[in-house]
Formats: sequence, C-alpha cells, structure tokens
Amino acid sequence: MGRKVGLSMAKARPLSPHLSVWRFQLPAVMSILHRMTGVAISTGTVLLAAWVIALASGEEAFALATVIISHPLGQLVLFGYSAVLFYHMCNGIRHLSWDFGYGLNIPAIYTTGRIAIMAAILMTACLWLYVYFA
Amino acid sequence: MKNDTTMRTPLKRVRGLGSAKAGVHHWWNQRLSAVAMVPLMLWAIFTVATLPGLTYADALMTVQHPVNATLLILFLGAGFWHASLGLQVVIEDYVSNEGTRMVLITAIKGGLILIGALAIFSVLRIAL
Repeated sequence: MGRKVGLSMAKARPLSPHLSVWRFQLPAVMSILHRMTGVAISTGTVLLAAWVIALASGEEAFALATVIISHPLGQLVLFGYSAVLFYHMCNGIRHLSWDFGYGLNIPAIYTTGRIAIMAAILMTACLWLYVYFA
Repeated sequence: MKNDTTMRTPLKRVRGLGSAKAGVHHWWNQRLSAVAMVPLMLWAIFTVATLPGLTYADALMTVQHPVNATLLILFLGAGFWHASLGLQVVIEDYVSNEGTRMVLITAIKGGLILIGALAIFSVLRIAL
C-alpha cells in the first residue's frame, strides 16, 4: 500500500529537463548531437571493421566491399561517417577541456561551440576536396 | 549513520541508485580512450585518404606495413573500447527497466567484442 502511494507520487513529479517547454539553444543541440554522432560512429566503425575482415577474407569479399564503397550511396555513407567523426572529435576535445576546468562559462561555451562546428565543417570539406580533386 | 551504511553491500547501495564506487573508473576510461582516439583517428583518416590505390594488392600492402598494422589494431581496440563505454551510458540513460537494460548492455558489449576481435584477428592475419 505504502509502496503504491509512493509510486503514484513519483509519477506525478515533474521530470527534468522539460524538453517540451525548452527553446533549443546551441549548447543543448551540440550536446544531443554529441550523443547521436557517437552512436552513429559506433555503427560506422562496425562497417570499417567489416572492410578489414573482408580484406583478410580474400579477393572476392574485398571486391564486394569495393563495389559497396564505390556506389554513390556508399560514398554518401562514407561522407556522413567522416562529417560525424570530425564533429564528435572537435566537440570531444571541447568536452576534454571542460574536464580540465577550462572554458566553463557561458560566453566560452558558445565561442568554442561555434569553433568546433566550423572546424568540423572545414575538416570534412578539406578531406573530400582532397579525395575527389587531388 | 556511518555504521548504518557500512553494513550495506555495494550491490545494495547501487540498487538504491547511490555510488558503487565504480563510476570514476568508467568516466576515466572514457576520457583515456577519447584522448587515444584523437591521434589514432587523424592517422586513420590520413591513411585512407592517401591510399596509393584502391585495388586488393594496394590495400594488402598498406595493412601489411608494421606501423600501419600496429596503429590499426590500436585504433580498433581503442575505438571499440570507447564505443562500448559510450553506448553503455546511452542505454543506462534511456532504458529504465533493469532487466532490459542489462540484456541490452550485455548484447551490445558482446557484439562489439566479437566484431573487434574479428577485425583485430583479420589485421594480424594480413600482416603476419
């Protein structure tokens, strides 16, 4: 009985962080993106592992992997994988600086956030310009 | 108060959502693997982007190089380690049912260990 009352009270309590009433702000969006890109990279790394396994399995398996990678859809996945990687890496460095206590104030959080996004876009652009045109 | 808590086992404490004194270990490993991944990832992207060619022989030759083989194994190890720690936190945050959570974390970690082991063995087979 007491447990039941406790549970219903627990249900009625407001839940943080009130996602439905908050306006999205840069730091919040970047934080959510860090998680989402982390999950995406995990999947992408499994694909990279599959490529290595195909290479060790022989010429036939490797040929199939090459067909998949060379297909426009495969190239799109690779592009997405690289973009997401660069974002997670740049934003991850930002997280590491916070762990050391640097940049933990509102103006710095916005500045480093913008720098991380710009750096990720720049790195992705450089990589693909190099791959296609160099 | 102190005597009251020392009688409780770590399992009892963590079930009450208190500290089981293992959180810092997970947190620290997540940072260590993150720091390791920065140079390893830059190396991996640089190596793939500057591959001499895309044929079977080119790929074999690249992976066979001792430096590349070693860094690739470290990359796969640190990458799957970091992914495993990160996915664990995501599941812990969003899956509230304890049984489902435990099954999911075990399945994902098991899957990552399997794929990581396959990939590392593949590198060794190519390189040796």
